Amino acid sequence: MSISLIKNKKSDYPGYRVPSGCAVFGVLNESGSCFDGRTIIDGIEMMHDRSNGLGGGFAAYGIYPQYKNDWAFHILYDDSDARNRMEDILKKSFAVLYFEELPTKRSPAIENPPMIFRYFLKLKDIYSLYERNVPVDNFSEDDFIVDFVLKMNARVSGAYIISSGKNMGIFKGVGFPEDIGHYFRLDEYKGYLWTSHGRFPTNSVGWWGGAHPFGLLNFSIVHNGEISSYGRNQRYVASLGYECSLSTDTEVITYLFDLLARKKNMDIELLNMILAAPLWERIEEMPEDDRELASTLRIMYGGALINGPFSIIAGHNDFMYALNDRIKLRPMVAARKNDYLYVSSEESAIIKVCPQPDIVWRPQGGIPVIGRVKKKD
Amino acid sequence: MPLKLNQSEFVVERDLNKCISCEVCVRQCSNDAHEYDADDKTVLSEASKCVGCHRCESLCPTEAITIRKKAAEFKDNSNWQQAHIKNIYKQAETGGVLLTGMGSDKPHTVYWDHILFNAAQVTNPSIDPLREPMEIKTFIGAKPEKLEIEKNDSGFKLKSKLGPHLELSTPILFSAMSYGSISLNACKSLASAAYSFGTFYNTGEGGMHKDLQHFAKNTIVQVASGRFGVNRQYLRSAAAVEIKIGQGAKPGIGGHLPGEKVTADISSTRMIPEGSDAISPAPHHDIYSIEDLAQLIYAIKEATDYLKPVGVKVSAVHNIAPIASGIVRAGADFVAIDGFRGGTGAAPQAIRDNVGIPIELALAAVDTRLREEGIRHKAAIIIAGSIRSSSDIIKAIALGADAVYIGTAALIALGCHLCQKCYTGKCNWGIATQDPYLTKRLNPSIGTKRLSGLLRAWSHEIKEMLGGAGINAIESLRGNREHLRGINLSEIELSILGIKHAGQAW
Repeated sequence: MSISLIKNKKSDYPGYRVPSGCAVFGVLNESGSCFDGRTIIDGIEMMHDRSNGLGGGFAAYGIYPQYKNDWAFHILYDDSDARNRMEDILKKSFAVLYFEELPTKRSPAIENPPMIFRYFLKLKDIYSLYERNVPVDNFSEDDFIVDFVLKMNARVSGAYIISSGKNMGIFKGVGFPEDIGHYFRLDEYKGYLWTSHGRFPTNSVGWWGGAHPFGLLNFSIVHNGEISSYGRNQRYVASLGYECSLSTDTEVITYLFDLLARKKNMDIELLNMILAAPLWERIEEMPEDDRELASTLRIMYGGALINGPFSIIAGHNDFMYALNDRIKLRPMVAARKNDYLYVSSEESAIIKVCPQPDIVWRPQGGIPVIGRVKKKD
Repeated sequence: MPLKLNQSEFVVERDLNKCISCEVCVRQCSNDAHEYDADDKTVLSEASKCVGCHRCESLCPTEAITIRKKAAEFKDNSNWQQAHIKNIYKQAETGGVLLTGMGSDKPHTVYWDHILFNAAQVTNPSIDPLREPMEIKTFIGAKPEKLEIEKNDSGFKLKSKLGPHLELSTPILFSAMSYGSISLNACKSLASAAYSFGTFYNTGEGGMHKDLQHFAKNTIVQVASGRFGVNRQYLRSAAAVEIKIGQGAKPGIGGHLPGEKVTADISSTRMIPEGSDAISPAPHHDIYSIEDLAQLIYAIKEATDYLKPVGVKVSAVHNIAPIASGIVRAGADFVAIDGFRGGTGAAPQAIRDNVGIPIELALAAVDTRLREEGIRHKAAIIIAGSIRSSSDIIKAIALGADAVYIGTAALIALGCHLCQKCYTGKCNWGIATQDPYLTKRLNPSIGTKRLSGLLRAWSHEIKEMLGGAGINAIESLRGNREHLRGINLSEIELSILGIKHAGQAW
């Protein structure tokens, strides 16, 4: 098996960027009730023609309640050597509570799958891990994980960490999304939030690591579109310490979410004011306080404005967040039924799994759809 | 020695069948190239006095005059070119420094012409600026490290302030040109166009003339090494203050306004005696290093109550990236970088044509360096030094500039024909002169219209190109080098510019 299956060969194509068109679908139960993966597979399958078989994937939240306070890593491997190398490194920083190969169902639709393992991990004392150069005051466990994941993915050949959150997991690969879903036996998992992605890349062969969702900590991003601000966004996050190693839109969007929502601790209700900032002519019309806030955010975070067509669904343990670009150059439909919130590229996916929603609407460009998980305990 | 020192550069052709001896050319030429012969009732021309400004040709009512370049007078020689030979003759005779005006005309690589811009096709849509909003509003100033935002019942409220910023309706400002180097009518045209279009002009080191004070809100005032015209009111009335360290056309030396040009009006504006030479020292004598610059920046910020952006203008020299980094760390809210093709009213030719580096490379290097150091947000970058068209601007912004200064382009809009004789004070177009007979040729209200027309046209073109690339806000282009490709450039040039070669996909 070639490494190109799970990793982009940067040496062959330095700096290549991989745009793609796509289907996205997300379902959240706001009361936190878990449902199995058949819903998400059935929905994304309706949009089969929006993908071309070069990538499909899922993010699921609430699937590992027995390890809900521990780091859950999903890691792709080319071979056992890569696995040994990665596990040696993992063991230096983490206590491994449990690990296993991800259960899969072989299928002719999935060719040459890599080895995929999952690990439940506890971080050892982070201060002992960083002997030098530790900005102790501001360094959190989350920072360590981000740093670790980005470094391992850039440096350890033949291994790729695709999922690094808690009580959540990302399942993805090369194939149509419904085939990927069945391959990973998602009907056997139960979660309260599922997102999914079917990929139609325009200029690259499919590779497992490059499929979506893209995850970092508890964030997972699925995205449909080709952003025209990529170069700006990539240089912006690079100057703040995020190195884009995959050269995909989704990667840079994930870093923007991590930067704003986690590092800058910004309320998610404000994110659209940056990622899809209101037009100046709208800002002028706002009442004074809002105007000052909106214009300041826009001036301050111009590098984080995402331009060009996109529809994004961000998954997180606490919420589902969906956003269209500000002039709605990509489709996005939302619906509600009881505690369920649905967001999809096409209404067909929603109607397939929820024939009679209470309400269906097409969110305005730049106006987010936010569903929050009500805490059970 | 029978050396002819004033050999003519041009041929003045007069079609006697068309010439009606109206003497317009005679009256228009401040160089006395045309003369009326009352005996013969014809107009004669002396080509050696012609500077090639094309004023007579433009105003001749019967189109009788043609000004042409004169063919080589010396035997062809690729090494000893005409200019070398003529210059040596001149200098041997006079023992003086060769002066010139405007930016360098030497055939150095113009990198703008080796960069191509992108457009969207299929995988993402281009955006039509005639039907969709297209935002080119630009802000110049420092951005704070973080914002404090409070959440309350009614929503969110901003608790911290952004700091002083200039708001521009288009990413174009008028570059520093002093009253003295150019006429008051030219200054008025620039100031009033900046005011009506929602951008800024720059006083240069000429001080702020009393007639221009009502444009103060659209004025960037300069503090140069001579400190001409600098006082408390000058600093406090302006929209922003720029400390001038260097100028692209003459890095390492200061400005020079000959005493003959220091009229009563200029004398009171610059606060110097009438008729005295206004010679700016080469360095600021209170800035011998970067820590001194920080002191001046903060002295000005103190004097203006921290209400105005304070920037620093430097010429693009070899070490420009660390210099710009130092300037940002010294507290500047913007850095203006002037490339070596930048214009001037007067500069020694040897310096203008040989000192400094092209603005494209300087800009790319500075933007990259500031990003690597994580301080790009602390200051805006304005570039200058031969912006010739809207496409130069769009490429500059994609390389990382926040906005551009235009100087020469603005003067061309006012009629300048680039004869490069600004230092003589005899500008026939009424721009680079203080002679009232000449300055009245430039009507400020027409000048304002022409400058506004240029800004409008370029802004439209910027919007068209932005939309074509699938971008509807200029901040998404800033530093977005993915949209640029080089053509006919070496690996090292591409790597400094941080762009791929044409034909390389993402």
